[in-house]
Amino acid sequence: MTAARAAMPLRETLAVLRAARADGDVVVTSMGTAREWMAMGPLHARDFVFVPSSMGQAPSLALGLALAQPARRVVACSGDGSMLMSLGVLATITAEAPANLVLLVFDNGVYEVTGAQPTPGSALGRRDARDVDFAAMARACGFGAVYRFSDLDEWRARVGEVLSATGPTFVVLDVAPVPGAVGPRSPGPTPERARRFMEALRAG
Amino acid sequence: MFSADQLSSLFSSLRLTHVVTVPDSTLGRWEGAIVGTPGLRLVRVCREGEAWAVAAGLHLGGATPLVLIQCTGLFESGDSLRNVLFDWKLPIPSIIGYRSYLNQSTLPGDTCLVYTEPILDAWKIPYRLITDASQLDEARAHLESCRAAGTPGAALIAEGKA
Repeated sequence: MTAARAAMPLRETLAVLRAARADGDVVVTSMGTAREWMAMGPLHARDFVFVPSSMGQAPSLALGLALAQPARRVVACSGDGSMLMSLGVLATITAEAPANLVLLVFDNGVYEVTGAQPTPGSALGRRDARDVDFAAMARACGFGAVYRFSDLDEWRARVGEVLSATGPTFVVLDVAPVPGAVGPRSPGPTPERARRFMEALRAG
Repeated sequence: MFSADQLSSLFSSLRLTHVVTVPDSTLGRWEGAIVGTPGLRLVRVCREGEAWAVAAGLHLGGATPLVLIQCTGLFESGDSLRNVLFDWKLPIPSIIGYRSYLNQSTLPGDTCLVYTEPILDAWKIPYRLITDASQLDEARAHLESCRAAGTPGAALIAEGKA
């Protein structure tokens, strides 16, 4: 990946997931994906908007959900900066091997909400000017299904295959930074949101 | 300090479903008891901050997890536990190993003895210090009481050599 890399618009990339998710699926969003997800319309009862969060912990929280709810598909949306903060979770996930967990990494190469500074994983932030390869890391950790998409039409065409793969599944989605983006705003009191979410999981 | 039977009894009485852990030289010896407890699953994580978030997901999903880490991992995992226990107010219980409390021969002047209890106080995590196996029921009662109150709580287990 370079400064001229192909990149999908974040909101349209998320819209593909929004259209493809099944009613019973859990979708965990955080940071920029949470901001966009909330802006796209009403939340599903089984959306978990992880705001406020501890940066980097969305995949870990999703792993716990996947283990507790093995009959449901759990989709975690993380950013590349967040992923870099918690690379160990790739090994944790594959150690537990939840077949129902899909981890999506929305890779824009920057810390978007702080002013788009390059991450140490992106070519622009590295002395060797080479992106780190998240997909290769996931393969090396033992993810059985690993994908990377830079083209929106291809992502749209194959999202069903991705979501139906036997997991744990890892997907890199090359997206463009959103200029001037800010951090997500909490959609409401956390205990009440947690309670409603837990009820939605019990409801079926 | 504790026998496998005592630990298994503790985990069973707390009706735990998962123990999320990074081991140390004391807590690592508990693995056999954890794995041998019916209905209890051991989840190994790579760093302690992960443990709180994994436990949060388990709790939200309807399970009953416990975080089992050393005090150094408590220090490491501050932002994650802040988010889970206080932003989201999830009452995740924990057992925390208190390095060097009983024996400082490996690490004389171990600063774990300086910081562990003040940090638990700073995080407002109610804890009971357990220095002897005879206090097992005290640990159990404390964790059950915290659960009943809907708050986090910790049993702080005195350890020997680091």
